[in-house]
Formats: sequence, structure tokens, C-alpha cells
Amino acid sequence: MMKKALSISLFLLVFPVCGAASPAWAQDAPVDSTTVVVAETPPQLEAPAPVVSVEAQDTPDDAGKSITISWELSADDVAGRRNVTKYIILRSTSPDGPFDTVGSATAGMTTLTDGQVDNGVNYYYKVAALAGKFTPAGEKLFAGVASPLSGAAKASGQWFHIIRTARILPWVLVIGISILWFINVAKKGKDLYVRPIAGLAEVEQAVGRATEMGRKLVYIPGTQDMDNVQTLAGVTILGRIAKLAAEYDAQLDVPVSRSLVMITSREVVKEAYLNVGRPDAFNEDIVRYLTDDQFGYAAALDGLFVREKPATIFYMGAFYAESLIMAETGNAIGAIQIAGTANASQLPFFVAACDYTLIGEELFAASAYLSKEPKLLGSVKGQDVAKVLILIAAVAGLLLGTFKIADISGWFQV
Amino acid sequence: MMNTKVVGYIVIAVGIAVFAILAASQGLAVTLGAFFTIGIFSFLYKDNPYYKFSEAAFVGISAGYWFVSLFWQNMYSKLFVGVGAAYHTTFVQGGGWDDRWMMLIGGLLGVLMLMRLFPKAGWISRWPLAVVVGATAGLYFINYFVSNGILQLGASAGPLQRYDAAGNLDLWATISQAILVIGTLSGLIYFYFSKEHKGAFGGVAKIGIWTLMLTFGASFGYTVMSRLSLLIGRMDYLMSDWLQLIN
Repeated sequence: MMKKALSISLFLLVFPVCGAASPAWAQDAPVDSTTVVVAETPPQLEAPAPVVSVEAQDTPDDAGKSITISWELSADDVAGRRNVTKYIILRSTSPDGPFDTVGSATAGMTTLTDGQVDNGVNYYYKVAALAGKFTPAGEKLFAGVASPLSGAAKASGQWFHIIRTARILPWVLVIGISILWFINVAKKGKDLYVRPIAGLAEVEQAVGRATEMGRKLVYIPGTQDMDNVQTLAGVTILGRIAKLAAEYDAQLDVPVSRSLVMITSREVVKEAYLNVGRPDAFNEDIVRYLTDDQFGYAAALDGLFVREKPATIFYMGAFYAESLIMAETGNAIGAIQIAGTANASQLPFFVAACDYTLIGEELFAASAYLSKEPKLLGSVKGQDVAKVLILIAAVAGLLLGTFKIADISGWFQV
Repeated sequence: MMNTKVVGYIVIAVGIAVFAILAASQGLAVTLGAFFTIGIFSFLYKDNPYYKFSEAAFVGISAGYWFVSLFWQNMYSKLFVGVGAAYHTTFVQGGGWDDRWMMLIGGLLGVLMLMRLFPKAGWISRWPLAVVVGATAGLYFINYFVSNGILQLGASAGPLQRYDAAGNLDLWATISQAILVIGTLSGLIYFYFSKEHKGAFGGVAKIGIWTLMLTFGASFGYTVMSRLSLLIGRMDYLMSDWLQLIN
């Protein structure tokens, strides 16, 4: 019986798997079109028609290390003949094998991206259409035949994403020109209006409160590094707060969790103290490093809050799970708390525990609002131009699509 | 009446004895983990010496751990190993340019940053900072504009009515799309800074902030659940790994 099965299934692949939760089967069993594996547990499966054509090519418009494999559906994976359960993709660096399974696709799919490759290396692919079935004993069997070999494909990175560039460049140009134009207008002395933002109107009072109470003013520029744009916004706002602190002679304390943020914040605070003519009041220890560890940092700040009872606490930047721990402790000691973040998942906690919260883009507009500097005001106004354009495009697309005149939503798929 | 100091010493002695017994029976590392876990939890009562000790140990150890970790991840793995491999590829194997040579730029910026240690050359350390800040702003501009602007625009700028696979009007999907569009556009108006929120404009902005608040409410509940799972994880550690009360 076994000999008969072997001879009939010359190009048959059968993968016995104990349970669907054991995906390792695919990686443990290098396969190619000459390999024959037969399940010892009946019933036997008939392999579906093989994939006859496979192509592999470098994924276009990417940073490299990726190859896109495409294939024609098996003749058994068409309407009326749905005998294919899935496709598995086999890869080798040599046309002669051995081939390892590097991914799988559900029936009906014709492409898969292999993101586990090195640049500049030739890879060869095969695709096997598999039929699957559970045995009465609960084992899952797969049977299939691998396709012919694809041509050699080599991954490489591209400097420009052509479609993305073509679709985004006009926006970038319009926004950039708007920003430059508004900066120029502001520099000429024209007053550019920015609507009041609730939390920011209270900043000066909050700093003054710390001075009057003779307690610390703590500023936390988020828990992420300088490669996070929210940290940049937080450090920019710190410059303005430091100026106010220097003017009011408040005790500023900036505990940070990243070394680069510490260095940048020191420069910003130092410059702020110099600008208001208080270089004597600047001390490098105003900005100090605690730890990179998220919860270690939160534990240290909790201790600082309850021991030193700062009058005012600012949270401006990117935060994660530590946000509520810090904000709740600050709330418990009765400090005035003003927070700002664009991390949507942490905003609810700041809204619940702080007196004022800058939501999302308000954080980025805050530095312009506080400083009234032409460059920053110009950028806020330029971004407003972009919002108007987006609004117009969205409404136009909505109307055109709803009244079945045209569907322009595809223009914005980048 | 016993002196408070004596009571303190007795408490510490008993604590050490209990710790020693548990460390001997359950393992030192697990018992240390439990010791610090309880120390951090003691903050729920109030600030106390136990918490202060745990906090100081946590901050100090984690700072040291991160230093070592960053050294091996960046200095060693990327700079030393990466550049070494690039040298091997280019000069030993004759394979030409290797992208890992780019690691030298990072190394150079790191050296410039260390110029802070020399007062006369301290100003040079501003250059790597300028590179980091400028590169971050430039790189993230496109990412944020695509994810927060263009893709949301694409999701809103289409027909309101949605159809199922059979081509029939899908009422719930249509309502969902209408909510999405109203929420996105009113939210966009809320974040328009050049006009005060008054009149009809203010009314639409109010819809935007209400949409945001509803989202925050849902997010709050969801995140609290994940925080509870963290608490459960710690309790599981204390009960299973340490005291072995739960199998």
C-alpha cells in the first residue's frame, strides 16, 4: 500500500501536522518539486493542479530587503473548483535547492512579499498550491505540488518612491510656499491671528504660581528620544517656559529620560536664561537625566512629586503607559498640571488627571502661540492652509463620489 | 515601652530573615523581584523608606542596564561589527561599497557629541544635535503628512454609500462611513487655528471636540483593561512564580 502511494505521488507533497497551531511544519520541511512526503495516516489527499507560472522581482519603491512574488492561480482555485486551501512560498538561493518555506497565502491570492531577504543576493522561488483536510483523528494533512522555478530576483532599495513622490510633492510645495509666505508676512510686522488655546492661556499663571508658592516647576518633555517629533515640540515649548521661569525666578526642574533630550534641553534652557538676562540663574542641574527605563522614570517622578510637591507640572511630548502614573500622582499632590501630547491612547488619561490638556496638533501649535515668533506663527498659518485644502478635497471627493460623478479617493492612496 | 529605633531594628531583622528563608526556598532572583515589586506597590499606601529604596534601586539599575544595552546594540553591533563587516566586504572580499560604511557617520556624530567634555570645543556638540533635530523633522514630516493627512483624506473623499459583496446597499457600513466623514471633517475644523470657534464654525468645531472626547472615552476604557492585565501579570508573578500558591 505504501509503495503504491509512493509511486503514484511522485510529485505529491503531503505535510502531516499535529494541530493547526503548529506552523513550524512549513519551516521544518524543506520542499521542492522532487520531494515526496506521504502521510501515514489515511485518508490520502489528491493534490490540486499546480501553479504553472511564478515571477519574483524586487519590490518597487521600497528601502530594499524585499522581493515580491506573484503567481497564476492553480486551475483548481477558480470558480466552481475551490480545491486549494492555501499556497506556500518556497525560497532558495540556488536554483537546485534546498528550498525553505518562507510564507503562505490564502486561496485566491496571487502575490506575497518576502521581507526576509538580503539586498544583492539572488533568490529563486517556487509556489505550491495545497489542498488540506482534517483526518478523523484530528490531524491536518496537506497535499500539493510545487510550481516551476521563478527567475532569479535580487532585492535593492530605491531612493525615491515614484508614485508617492508624485502624489505628495504638490502638497508639500503648496504647504511650503504657504509657510514661507506667512513667515514673510509675520516678519513684516503684520499681526497673525492664532485662536486662544485653553491650556496655553494659563501657562503664565501656572509659572507665577510656582514662584509665589516657592515650590518647584517641573517640566517633562515626554519619554521618547529626539527622533520623535513630539519631543521636538516639547523641547521647543520648554524654551518658552524656561524664559518665563527665569523672568519669574521660579525653580525650574527638568528631569528627562534620554541622554540626547538632556543635552538638547540644557542648550534650550541655557539660551532661554541668557535671553532674559539671567545667565547667573542657570544651572546645568536644572536639566537632569534619570533613566531610560519607562517605569523606572515614572517611579522616580512619583517620588519627586510626593517629596518636593511641585506647584506646577508640565507634560509636553510623547508619552506611553507611564502617563497616568505620573499625572495621577501630580493630581494627588494638588499641583497645577498642563499636559500636551499627540499620542491618542494617552490623551484620555491626561484629560482625566490634568487641569488643561493640549490635544494632538495643539501641542505643535503651542510653541508658536507662546512665543509669537514669526517663523513659528508662519508655520502654523501655513498648516492651516493645508487643512483648508484637505477639507475642500474631502468635501469635493465626498460629493463627487456620493452623486456617482467620479470616485477620486484613489488619488490619495500613497 | 520599647524604643522606636529598637522596633525598627526588629522589623528589619525579621524582614531579612523572611527574605533569606524565601530566597533559599524560592530562589534569589525571584525573591528579589518580588521584594522590589512589593516595594513599588507600597507607594499606594504612602511614600516610605521601602519605596524610596526600591525606587532608587530601580532607577539606578535600569540606568546602568540601558547604558550597557545601548552600548552593545549600537556601539558594538552597529559601529564596531558593522564597520568591520563593511571593511571585510570592501577590502578583503573586494565586493565594493557596503551600506554599513554609513555607520561611520553615526560614529562621527557621536564623537562630535563628546566634544561637550572639552569646554573650548563644546560648541561642536551642537552640530550632531542639529543633524538629529533636522533629520527628524524632515523624515517625520512626510510620515505624519501621509498617515494623518493624505490617507485620512483618501478615506473621506469617496462615496458615502457602501455596498456589500452582492452589490446591495450596506446600511451599517454607510452609517459608519458617514460618522467617519463627519468626525474627520469636524475634527479638522477644530484644529484650524486661524479662526475663533464662534457661530456656525464654532458649532462644527464643537462636534469635532465631542467626537474626540467620545474616542477618548472608548480609548480610556480599552487602555484601563490593558493596565489591569499588567496588574494581573504582577500578581501572577507574586502568587505563581514567587509564592507558588497558584500552579
